Amino acid sequence: MAKVTITITMKPTLLDAQGRTVEGALKAIGYDDVAGVRVGKVIELEVPGSDVATIEATAAEMCDRLLANPVLEDYRISVTL
Amino acid sequence: MSIPTIGVVVFPGSNCDRDAEAAWTELGFGNVKMLWHQDTDLTGIDAIIVPGGFSYGDALRAGAVAAMSPVMDAVADFAADGGPVAGICNGFQILCEAGLLPGALTRNSGLTFVCKPTVLKVCTDDSPFLFEYEVGGNVIIPIAHGEGRYVCSPETLAELEENDLIAFRYAENPNGSLADIAGIIGGPDRNVLGMMPHPERAVSEALGSTGGIPFFVSLAGAIQQTLNEVTVG
Repeated sequence: MAKVTITITMKPTLLDAQGRTVEGALKAIGYDDVAGVRVGKVIELEVPGSDVATIEATAAEMCDRLLANPVLEDYRISVTL
Repeated sequence: MSIPTIGVVVFPGSNCDRDAEAAWTELGFGNVKMLWHQDTDLTGIDAIIVPGGFSYGDALRAGAVAAMSPVMDAVADFAADGGPVAGICNGFQILCEAGLLPGALTRNSGLTFVCKPTVLKVCTDDSPFLFEYEVGGNVIIPIAHGEGRYVCSPETLAELEENDLIAFRYAENPNGSLADIAGIIGGPDRNVLGMMPHPERAVSEALGSTGGIPFFVSLAGAIQQTLNEVTVG
């Protein structure tokens, strides 16, 4: 089984309300210089196979159909055999 | 003569389904058939409401999982044939996720769940759900959502504005929605409506507002017109 890690983040053009709030909290506890905080989600899954390109294509299809919303989000796929 | 029958879709986690049913039946417009998320037979149904709630616990994104359910394929076919379909709150999120309406709804800009009456400006009356509203007028309908911030691409927004597809705008934006959008129209015959405010919660003075009544009166009229055409035809 190959392990697939999908990282989904809000598009940079959109307000990430959670990221902004977390950034404020980090500043409040002393990390004054922190910037660009974005909160996303990570989805891990396992699929059979050993061909990375095929697995990436399948994972991208999963993202396009369900896991990510193209209006809101970008995704990155990482495959570990 | 057949009795106007609306279908109300029920997902695990829907919680405004009975409110929608009550609004339709208690205002005396006809019957309601509750449609389970696995149903695919829409025979005898004149219009569909996809109600509010937290389908599938908002897993992944609000409406994302519900949009994949069998009933939504049937609803998409129904909408493609011109059948009236309204998505309210979570229903709006589901219609966007299912691709029946453009854009998406995401976390309120203030992060809080907002539950209060809102003043809406009616932007168009050209839809089976809207023709009893007065364009340019204000109506009070409550909202209750944490993920109601409407977003779409600049191209989509231009398309919505040019084609008169914005149904309602907030008088005071409660959630950061693009262009104050509270509801939009789509579908081949302007027959699909999505809106975050809850018209089914605004059908009696006892509920605090009657701003939702024209929604149901419009729909009843549209259905009656279709039924008459079928009878005459």
